[in-house]
Amino acid sequence: MLLVTCPWCGPRDETEFHYGGQAHVPHPADPAALDDRQWAEYVFYRENPKGPFAERWMHATGCRRWFNALRDTASYRILATYRPHEPRPSPQPVETPTAPPSPGDRRAAGSSGGNR
Amino acid sequence: MTEQHRRLPHGGRIDRTTTLRFTLDGRELTGHPGDTVASAMLASGIIEVAPSLYRGRPRGIVAAGVDEPNALLQLAGPCSEGMLPATTVELYDGLAATTLSGRGRLDPTPDTAVYDKKYVHTDVLVIGAGPAGLAAAAAATGAGARVVLVDEQPETGGALLSEGDGDGTGSGEAARAWAAAARAALDAAPDTRVLTRTSAFGSYDGNYVLAVQRRTDHLGAGAPAGVSRQRLWHVRARQVVLATGAHERPLVFAGNDRPGVMLASAVRTYVNRYAVAPGARAVVATTNDSAYDTAADLHAAGVTVAAVVDSRPHLSTRAAEFADATGVPVSTASAVTGTAGAARLTGVTVRALDDEGQPAGPGRSFACDLLAVSGGWSPAVHLHSQRQGALRWDADRAAFVPGGPVDDQQSAGAARGTYDLAGCLADGAQAGARAAAAAGHPGAPAPDEPPPWAAGSAGPGTVRPLWLIPGDDGDEDTHFVDLQRDVTVADMRRSTGAGMRDAEHVKRYTSLGTAGDQGKTSGVNAIGVIGTLLGVSSPGALGTTTYRAPYTPVAFAALAGRERGALFAPERRTAVHDWHVGRGAVFEDVGQWKRPRYYPRPGEDMDRAVIRECRAAREGVAFMDASTLGKIEIRGADAGEFLNRIYTNGFKKLKPGFARYGVMCTADGMIFDDGVTLRLADDRYFMTTTTGNAAAVLDWLEEWLQTEWPELDVMCTSVTEQWTTVAVVGPRSRDVIARLAPALDVSNDAFPFMAFRETTLAGGVPARVCRISFSGELAYEINVSAWYGHAVWEQTEEAGRPFGITPYGTEAMHVLRAEKGFIIVGQDTDGTVTPQDAGMPWVVSRLKDFVGKRSFSRPDTAREDRKHLVGLLPADRRTRLSEGTQIIGRGVPVTPEDGPVPMLGHITSSYYSPALGRPFALALVAGGRDLAGRTLIAVDGDELVPVEVHSPVLYDPEGTKRDG
Repeated sequence: MLLVTCPWCGPRDETEFHYGGQAHVPHPADPAALDDRQWAEYVFYRENPKGPFAERWMHATGCRRWFNALRDTASYRILATYRPHEPRPSPQPVETPTAPPSPGDRRAAGSSGGNR
Repeated sequence: MTEQHRRLPHGGRIDRTTTLRFTLDGRELTGHPGDTVASAMLASGIIEVAPSLYRGRPRGIVAAGVDEPNALLQLAGPCSEGMLPATTVELYDGLAATTLSGRGRLDPTPDTAVYDKKYVHTDVLVIGAGPAGLAAAAAATGAGARVVLVDEQPETGGALLSEGDGDGTGSGEAARAWAAAARAALDAAPDTRVLTRTSAFGSYDGNYVLAVQRRTDHLGAGAPAGVSRQRLWHVRARQVVLATGAHERPLVFAGNDRPGVMLASAVRTYVNRYAVAPGARAVVATTNDSAYDTAADLHAAGVTVAAVVDSRPHLSTRAAEFADATGVPVSTASAVTGTAGAARLTGVTVRALDDEGQPAGPGRSFACDLLAVSGGWSPAVHLHSQRQGALRWDADRAAFVPGGPVDDQQSAGAARGTYDLAGCLADGAQAGARAAAAAGHPGAPAPDEPPPWAAGSAGPGTVRPLWLIPGDDGDEDTHFVDLQRDVTVADMRRSTGAGMRDAEHVKRYTSLGTAGDQGKTSGVNAIGVIGTLLGVSSPGALGTTTYRAPYTPVAFAALAGRERGALFAPERRTAVHDWHVGRGAVFEDVGQWKRPRYYPRPGEDMDRAVIRECRAAREGVAFMDASTLGKIEIRGADAGEFLNRIYTNGFKKLKPGFARYGVMCTADGMIFDDGVTLRLADDRYFMTTTTGNAAAVLDWLEEWLQTEWPELDVMCTSVTEQWTTVAVVGPRSRDVIARLAPALDVSNDAFPFMAFRETTLAGGVPARVCRISFSGELAYEINVSAWYGHAVWEQTEEAGRPFGITPYGTEAMHVLRAEKGFIIVGQDTDGTVTPQDAGMPWVVSRLKDFVGKRSFSRPDTAREDRKHLVGLLPADRRTRLSEGTQIIGRGVPVTPEDGPVPMLGHITSSYYSPALGRPFALALVAGGRDLAGRTLIAVDGDELVPVEVHSPVLYDPEGTKRDG
């Protein structure tokens, strides 16, 4: 279970939150001025990147406030959380903890457990 | 009573002063505290268990822990439990068990035991309390970190509990003394918690680990009342150290499933920890050094070791030491190729191996009743892998070891392929210190020098794996890989012969690794066998199957904890609930709410009751508890502007004292919710929502306020539970309200439709009375504080008594609203229906913008042939069609030969209408508004029912009833 840091309440279990999809997709100021394609892109089209993704969360069973998170969709690491009207932080390379020295030194290819 | 004739005279971690009696498969046996059922069986000379699941072959105890594939028990008890490995069930007095052929029985008796949960946060969680885990916990504790140490065994020590004194130096005792001292120090530390009998079975994102603690299972009838039987621990840890040890692999050869073939390490555990000799005459077959510890301890315990059969071409240092010390013959470059015996093992065949690992030369026979095998070791990487931690094939160790990092986790000791005791201690101490430092507690004390006893077990050393030892006759039908699933090399060869190369495919084709033991003894061997069959040199080139939680089986009852029965899901009741119960209401669940569906009188079924309740509402007066409607108070200077943006129709210009029906859409223009909203004051509205959607609507409002329009001065507050709402419906409702609220001028001019008034009821209760109708009849809704809800309900009944007021439930409500074509969001709509589709173009403002408006001009949304809400009347005037029934055109063939049937739509609501005297339905039908008067076909099961298309408003389309 993810540990999500609410910008107001601090780190809390994922089950306290609602997920809100991609962040920084503002409602167009004048929808009538958009052509069908532009409007459809607002309504239906969202990014699906592998890697850092800015997304909205809401602290549903806590302060009930919306905020944004930058999450790596491959590792599930939450790189940052920030308040709604703050700019998206640039993804910092996340420090991985130093791996303990590996036993043995031969490396065979393709031993990944996979995710099937 | 069988004597414990296989119990060794000395040693073991058992209490010989106490004798425990138990029965197994009806036999009366004895054992001692400290025994498992398996060790007590072996002490009485019983190795055989129930035959195998599919093949019915004799099977025996193989392992000494959670990896046991054969010895599965059904335990008697108030609620019998099945599929428990005998190697993990602690013996208690009076235990009664039967062995199972791979399949347990689910006891239908309700389980009355208590299960509970705990949630803990810790700096460092150490999983496994063997030498590495104890060292890790000691280091982290020494650094001042908060530590939780869990271990599945009843006592800490892990492999040290099985260390022997075969070398005559007393190192086993010294090792256990060290473990006891380490444990005592942890127990004395204020912020360190040690949990035994606790299996960490699931590892999740963010170092969230689930562990189940067996608190009273080992006590049998002595379990104290009021103590939960099992406890589920939810642990959130800053750092995790996995010191989960390793599992020994069996060997794959002909007849390797015969009772008497055991893992070498298990034999060692039985000898040293339980003081049991599993056989009288043993052969040890190995691919590595670790089995020599078993051979030495067997020899020291007085068990004849007839031979050690070693796959490796040269005598290792450890092997030479052993041979010199004991005089036991050691055959190098050899393997066991077959077994003999009726059921239990009576002998083995040994053959020399050539450089390719193929048997060469004549077979030699050895009589024995115990064959201790070691095919090498597999680190218990399960929890590492559950977190998508990569694995790497280590050719020297012939094992998959952790090959990539998991955030804030480390593996230590045998779990990462460090097998020697000195290495495990050092590894654990380092991991514990690193974990503590990463959690903010640097400064762990420097690790001690390795103690002398740690030189005892040096681990497997060089390994020459034998994945598949050919039999003497070329047959592979008794080369068992997965004992619990009865999967042999022959089965696997069929799978690879069918073209499968991936371990995942072979697993699914053969069911290998899918039994209760989840392949703990078979998983890596299977990969080795697949590699051998496919000519792939390294298992690393094939990869493992995916490890998933749970590591060991967990009872659903433990996962559920207290959240069972009435505590499974909250039940919401209105203030009037007890009255409904007293009137014999039949309830239905609407979301979490309990709502009266109808109030049957003696002898009435639902249809008759609903007809009576509908007639009362249409012809006299009826009342309903509408308290479950969602209610949200919306307050602030910009409340009107806000609602104008949310609802498709205008609310900004609504005058205080009046109410309006509104529809809200999502951005795609589809109906999201509807309801009536009152304007209480310039800056105050009172919104009602559908019962099931109240929380979602509040979320929706708050989302827009916070994320798009933070400049608006608006606050939303849920007040659903603060109000009781009584709907009073029917031509005589005005009379009832006049009696109930005498201060109110109820004339139509003074109190028109969609107005509301604040008043005080005759009984003294302040009330807000609205003229709202969800039935087409003259109707009122009385809102009072929920504290007065029950009283006002009874006052309403009293005021209505002269007019025969009748309580009605949701079923009659549905009939009444459907007759008028009023939709239920989520029943007549499904997220693909616009207000125009639902026949409500009048609710969509042309003057202002609102959420979703732009979508109405999208080409797809503006299509003329979208599905429209229509009324349908079955032409036969008697068929009540099922909701969900498909609608097709007339003359459209419905036969398999004619292929797919073009569907026009489906029925969303269907009832019998007392007012119309016939059944009717609402349906979504393509282009339905233009089909009025036409006949379509409803496909109701095998029946093709002609239906006439009408406007959805089938009752009083002119609205003559609204004002009474």
